[in-house]
This record gives sequence, structure tokens and C-alpha cells, in this order.
Amino acid sequence: MFYYLIRRVLYAIPIALAVGFVCFMLVQIAPGDPINAIVPPDAPADVVEQVKRDYGLDQPLAVQFGIWLMKVVQGDLGRSLATGRPVWADLSTAIANTLTLAAFASLIGFSAGVVLGGLAGTFRGSVIDRLAVSTAVAGVSVPHYWLGMVLVVIFSVQLNLLPAMGAGPGGSADWAWDWEHFQHLILPAVTLSVIPMGIVTRTVRGIVAEIMNQEFVVALRAKGLTGWGVFQHVVKNAAPNVLAVMGLQLGYLMGGSILVETVFSWPGTGLLLNSAIFQRDLPVLQGTILVLAMFFVALNLIVDLLQTALDPRIKRF
Amino acid sequence: MSSSAAAAELAVQAKQIALAGDGYWRGVFRRLLRDKVTMFCAFVLLCMLLAILFAPLLAPHDPYQGSMIRRLRPIGTENYPLGTDELGRDILTRLLYGGRLSWFMGILPVVLAFVIGTTLGVIAGFVGGRVNMLIMRMTDVFYAFPSVLLAIAISGALGAGIANAILSLTIVFIPPIIRVAESVTTGVRNLDFVEAARASGASALTIVRVHVLGNVLGPIFIYATSLISVCMILASGLSFLGLGTRPPEPEWGLMLNTLRTAIYVQPWVAVLPGACIFVTSICFNLVSDGLRQAMDVKG
Repeated sequence: MFYYLIRRVLYAIPIALAVGFVCFMLVQIAPGDPINAIVPPDAPADVVEQVKRDYGLDQPLAVQFGIWLMKVVQGDLGRSLATGRPVWADLSTAIANTLTLAAFASLIGFSAGVVLGGLAGTFRGSVIDRLAVSTAVAGVSVPHYWLGMVLVVIFSVQLNLLPAMGAGPGGSADWAWDWEHFQHLILPAVTLSVIPMGIVTRTVRGIVAEIMNQEFVVALRAKGLTGWGVFQHVVKNAAPNVLAVMGLQLGYLMGGSILVETVFSWPGTGLLLNSAIFQRDLPVLQGTILVLAMFFVALNLIVDLLQTALDPRIKRF
Repeated sequence: MSSSAAAAELAVQAKQIALAGDGYWRGVFRRLLRDKVTMFCAFVLLCMLLAILFAPLLAPHDPYQGSMIRRLRPIGTENYPLGTDELGRDILTRLLYGGRLSWFMGILPVVLAFVIGTTLGVIAGFVGGRVNMLIMRMTDVFYAFPSVLLAIAISGALGAGIANAILSLTIVFIPPIIRVAESVTTGVRNLDFVEAARASGASALTIVRVHVLGNVLGPIFIYATSLISVCMILASGLSFLGLGTRPPEPEWGLMLNTLRTAIYVQPWVAVLPGACIFVTSICFNLVSDGLRQAMDVKG
């Protein structure tokens, strides 16, 4: 067990390094010389050379990666080309906002998914099973950016119940825990919750149905255990796998919220990425993607460890 | 059940199979025909495909020709059954033409990823050892990115354009296909008939071509079809962000983006392109599910 933990944590290190390398390469594959972003195109040649030396751009790629990595590890993601501010300054508030949105969306999606999937798995072939299966298929097939627009049309344009944009009154980017702000959270969170709801429903339904078919459930019933008692056993057996799927989904929500954030002008990482793409602000693009990907790597690690803790039979590797 | 009854049962089954003249594919086909949901979705997809292929014949107007005096007409306007967009272009026409790019960008990356991913995955699974290590550890790296993020990162860095969007989506879908291909190939590699072929002196290439591919292509293909729906949503999503197609080219995701500002004027016209994406994606999903069941592929 202990060795498994050590090995799993150690395994995350090369993955994190490789993810860092991919993010580093993003700027390299971008068309155009990165030097053009720093100096004006009509700068004299010796100035260009000087700047190249200062930024380490005359070094081989591996050395450049090393220099970049050292800075990143120290928390220096570079400066935005558009605003000149450190990337981390804008990124930190954006991440907090995206986390709020993703956490709330997963809360909705996971609870709905577990309830629907659990009922469907227990009562296979019933009306509720069919309902759950259809919801799940619709949930994973819907373009969520479009669903967001439809919800805005219904709840903001037609019914005028909820705000269509931003994270707070007056378009403020700072989140606060009050009703005014909460209203802004509802539509984007519901929109974002649809995909994890579909996937969790599908997973829970499959796992619960499989467990209910196993002999130990029959044995429990034969022993005289009824509803609640059997339920506890099923939950215990389903938890590790369901948890794993949920962990991954939370990660996908963090990284995949860009489209929904664009629809609702939610001031998170997605909106930041969107504006970075339009202004060709590569440091912001690189920094945001690096942080989100690292978050995903960490989440994968936590899920694996948690799964092992819950179910000691799992010793993958 | 007594042994004679079991034998009779088997005989009946054998007779049924013989009477049906059953090949594997015929069985698959028969099961598909019986599956109403799948047949309906396949029919819808076929209609859509024909509609977008024959768009020039069906479309009532020019997809690029706008007019400032008939901007944002509602659904049901005379001559413009689905209304007009923010530049006065006919929505129905643009939906018909737009489907071409949306389908193209939804299917081509999956096809490319299927070819590349299957090749790499079968090599990894069949050769094993260090080659397997190398290929599988590389896919692990791409698995460390959420797929949407990876697609946006690559096409964001490369810049807008159809080719870049297709490239980035292909890169996104290669790793999952490699994983599926590797795991089914590893499963087949150790089966007896492969051993027998090897013992009888068949070369590695012959074994892969005759014995391995025939057994692994089905499951990989099914998996790939399930990716089309995701790919279509992602491709239109890239266009929605301004990373795929460029205006004035009609494409569902891009239309959704440019009509977004019109949701206060003509809300139901504005959401039409998204409905097209939704219908296509859900039909592909259900057809893929139906195929999986008909071909009896697990997982």
C-alpha cells in the first residue's frame, strides 16, 4: 500500500513534466517568430539580437525549456503581451471564478446523475430507467454552448427571471456569496452540469445494475436484509468507481468550461483564454492551459489515491 | 434440462442459423433492422446527408447574398421559411450549406485519428515491450489534458482556420483510439489461433493482416463512431469560438456565434444552428450505440 502510494506520486512527476513540455511547445508551434511579439518589426538588427539574448531565445530549445521550467516552478508565468501585467495576477482570480462555477455545476450534475442512475440501475427496464437513459444520451450529445443560449432565451429574454451575463451586478468580476451573485451563477452552472450528469447517470446505472445482479445481493436478501440494508452494501461497492468518474468529470469541467463561459461572459479561465486567443496573447494562453492541465494531473492523482484508500483491492500499475 | 433436450435445442439453433444462411454480418444487419431507434436515427442522418449534399439544388437562396432591408426576419416569413440572419441571409439556405462543413469537420478528424490511432495501437499491442512502453506513455501525456482544453490549446496556438481545427481535433482523438486498439490487440495476441498461425510459420505481417486486424477492427471502429458525436460538438465549438471556419463561410457553430447577438431580437432563429448540431450529434450517438449492440461489442 505504502509503496503503491509512493510509486503513484512519483509517476505523476514525469507526466507533469511532459505536460509542461507540451504547453511550452504551444508557443513554439504558433506561427511567427516569438521575437516579433516583443520588439516592433522595424527594430534594428542589433537590438533584436540583444533582446534575443536577454530572453534566452538564442539558446537551443532544450535550454529554453529548462529556463522556462525554472521560472514556472517559481510561479513566474511571464507577462501578458496585451496588458503587460504578470499572467498569474489575472489568472488567479479567473481560476477562483472557474472553480466556483465548476464546483456548483458538478454538485448539480453529480447529485442528479447519482439519483437518476441509481434508480435506473435498481429498476431496470422501468419507465424511470428509460427516462434516465434518454436524459443521459441527451446530456452527452447536447452542444452545451447552444444549451446555454437556449436557457438564456427562455429564462432571461422571455421570462426575464435570471441575468444572462457576467458573474455579478454591473458586470463585476469579483465573486461574493450573496443572492445577487448567486443568480448569475444559476444558468451557467446548470448548462455546464448537463454533460457530467449524463456521464454519471450512465456510469452509476451500469455499476448499480451489475452489483444488483451479483450473488452477494441475493445472499443479503436471503438473510432477511431489506431496502436500506441492501442499499448500504450497494453504495459501498459502487463508490470507488463512481468517485473515479466524478473526479475526471470535475477536471473536464474545469478545462471544458471555456465555451459556456464565453456564452455567459463568466469571468473565469475560459473567458481569459478566449480573449488571449483573439489578441494572440500567447503567454496568457500558455499559462492558463498549463495551470488547468496541472490541475487535471493533480486531480487524477488524488482520485487514484482516494480510490485505493476506499478499495484496497485496487492496486493498479 | 436433460442432455437429449439440450441436444435438441442445439440442433434447432443450428438449423435456424443454417436456414438463415447466417454470416456474422448478416446477423448484425438483421439485429440492426429490428432496432427501431437506431433505424430511425440512421434515417434522419441519411436525410441530412442527402440534404447537405444536394444543398445547391434544395437551397432557395444564395448562402452569401445578404440584404440590409430584410435582416433578422422571424421564422415563417414568406420566401424565408426559417427567417434571415443578422446580414439578411436566408437561414434555411445557410443551414443546408453549413451542414457540409460541420459534417466534414466532425467526421474527418475521427477518420484520420482512426487510421493513425489503429496503426499505432496495433503496433503497440502486437510488438509489446519497449515499443508498447514508448507509445503508451506518450498517449498518457495527452490523456493528462481534458480533450476540450487540448483542442482549444492547439488550435488557439496555431490560429484560426479549418485545417488547423481538423489537425487539433485529430490530435485529440488519436490517444483514446490508441488505448482501445492497444487493449484489444493485446487481448487477441495471446489467443490460441494466433499461436497456431505463428507455429505454422506465418510471418508477423501475415498474422497481423489476417488474424489480428480482422478481430480488432470491429471494436475500434465502434469506438470511433462514438467519437463522431463528440467531434462534431467540439468542431462546431471551435468555430463558435472563432477558431474554426471564418466568416462568411456558413458553418453551424459559426452561425450560432454570429447569431448570438440577435437573441434579444429573434431568439428562436438564433438557436436554430445549434438545434442542427444537437440533432446530428444525438443521432450519431444512438446509431453508434445500436451498432455496438448489433455487433455485440462489449465495453
